[in-house]
Amino acid sequence: MTHATEIASAVGSGRTRATDVMTACMDKIGRLNPVLNAFTTVTAERALAKAAALDTAIASGAKPGPLAGVPFAVKNLIDVAGLPTLAGSKINRDHPPAAEDAPLVQRLEAAGAILVGALNMGEYAYDFTGENVHEGPSRNPFDTARMSGGSSGGSGSAVGGGLVPLALGSDTNGSIRVPASFCGLFGLKPTYGRLTRAGSFPFVSSLDHLGPFTRSVADLAVAYDAMQGYDAADPACVDRPVEPVSGLLDSGVDGLRIASAGGYFRAGASAEALTALDSIAAALGCAETVMIPEAQRARSSAYVITTTEGAALHMQRLRTRPDDFDADVRDRLIAGALVPAAAVVQAQKFRRWFRDEMLKLFQRYDAILAPATPCVAPLIGQKTFVLDGKEMPVRPNIGIYTQPISFIGLPVVAVPVPTSLGLPIGVQIITAPWREDIALRIARALEASGAAVAPVAKLEA
Amino acid sequence: MDEAALDAMIDAGTTLLGIEMKPEWRAAVRMHLTISLGHAAVVLETPLPDHLDPAPVFRA
Repeated sequence: MTHATEIASAVGSGRTRATDVMTACMDKIGRLNPVLNAFTTVTAERALAKAAALDTAIASGAKPGPLAGVPFAVKNLIDVAGLPTLAGSKINRDHPPAAEDAPLVQRLEAAGAILVGALNMGEYAYDFTGENVHEGPSRNPFDTARMSGGSSGGSGSAVGGGLVPLALGSDTNGSIRVPASFCGLFGLKPTYGRLTRAGSFPFVSSLDHLGPFTRSVADLAVAYDAMQGYDAADPACVDRPVEPVSGLLDSGVDGLRIASAGGYFRAGASAEALTALDSIAAALGCAETVMIPEAQRARSSAYVITTTEGAALHMQRLRTRPDDFDADVRDRLIAGALVPAAAVVQAQKFRRWFRDEMLKLFQRYDAILAPATPCVAPLIGQKTFVLDGKEMPVRPNIGIYTQPISFIGLPVVAVPVPTSLGLPIGVQIITAPWREDIALRIARALEASGAAVAPVAKLEA
Repeated sequence: MDEAALDAMIDAGTTLLGIEMKPEWRAAVRMHLTISLGHAAVVLETPLPDHLDPAPVFRA
C-alpha cells in the first residue's frame, strides 16, 4: 500500500491495523531518512499511541474517517504540540514548544490521519532549493545529489521517497509546486484564503498558502477536503462553505476549455519543461495558446512584496541575531529591508489590476497550463543556471513560472511528468479562484491516461 | 546604479534600521539589492490608475 486512500480503505475495513501501518512507516523512515534528510523530528511515540487508539475505536465499531490510519508529516513551520515551530531556522529552536497542533493537523487527524513528524525546509521558507545550513539539505529521492526543491523540500523528499503518502507544505511563491516538480509529486496550492494558515509560522502574509503533497490525485482531494473550512484565526481565510471535490474527480474533462500559457511562460524553459508542458497539453487535446498579460510585472511585484514583507517580519532578528541566520537568507532579507516603500504599495495595487485581467481570461478558459519549474532539479549547492541564454542565480529564479500565479492566489495543481533525463518535472494546472475542483479533475484525467505519473523513487534494492 | 551608489544605500539603510553590515556580507547583499531594485523598477515603471486601491485583505 503506497497511497493514502488504499491505507484508509484497509484500516477502515479492519483488514489492516493502524498500528501495523505506523510500525512499517517508522521502519521506513528509520531506513531512508538518513539518506533523504526529510524529517527533522519523528513523533513515533505519539503516532503509535494514536494508532493504537484508532485500532481500538475501529474494533469497537466506530466509523473510520476517510484518512483512517494514514501517516502524514508537516513542514516544520506548522505547529505540532510539544515541538518548537522551527520554520527551518536555528533561531526558532529557542521558541517555546507549540501548545497545540495547527488547525490543519487537527483536521487531518479528525479524519483519521496520524502525524508522524515534522519536515525539513529552507530557512524561514525563503528558498526554492530545499537546502538548509542548519539541518543539511533534504535530498531529491530520484537523485540524492540533487535538490528536493523548496521551500517545502522535506515534504517533497518524504512523499517522493515513499516515507509517507501525504505531507503538508506552504507555498508563498512556489514552495509547494517547486518541490512537487523536482520530486515528481502531485501538489495542491489552493486558492488564497481557502485553507487556514493559523498555527503556522508566517513568511509573507500577503502571499502565504498551505497545501498538500501526495502521489495520487484521489489522495490530494481527500486530504484537501478534510482541511477545508473557515477559521477566524486566519484573517485571510474566507468564510465560504466547504466545497468537497473527492466525489467529482472522475467527472472527466469533456467540454473544459484549456489553453497553454505562451510568451513569458515558455521563455527560458528547458527542453524538458517544454516537452512536459506540450505532452500534457496534447493529452488534454489542448491546441490553444494564451498570453498572460504582464506576467513579468506580476512576478516582479510578488518578488518585491516577498522581500520587503519578509524583511519586516524578521527585522528584530536581523538586528539582534544576524549571525544565527543562514547567510543566503540573511543577505536577501537585508537587501529587502532597503527596497523603497513606493514599490511595495505599487506592487499591491498592481495585484488588483493583474487579478482583474486574469479573471477576464478565465471567462474564456477553464484552465491554463504552464511549467512549474524551468528545469529539472539542479544539483545541491549549485548557485547558477542558464535561463533564456543568461547565467542567473538559482535561488531567486527557480520560481519564475510559479510566482506570477500565487501572486493573485489562483488555485494550482502541479502534476508530475517523467523526462528523458530520468528525473521528473511538473506542470501547473491553473484555474479561476475557488475552482480547485476543475484543476483536480484535469489532474485526475491526466493520471488516468498515464500522462502524469508519480512513482515512488527506488531508493532500496 | 553603480557599485558605489549601492554601497551608499546599503550603508545608509542598515545604519538607519540598526542592522549590522559586516564586510563579508556586502557582496551578497549588493547582489540581492541589485535584483530587488530591478524588480522594484519594473513595478514602478508603469503608472496605475489613482483609484486602484490595494485591498486591506486581498480576496482571490
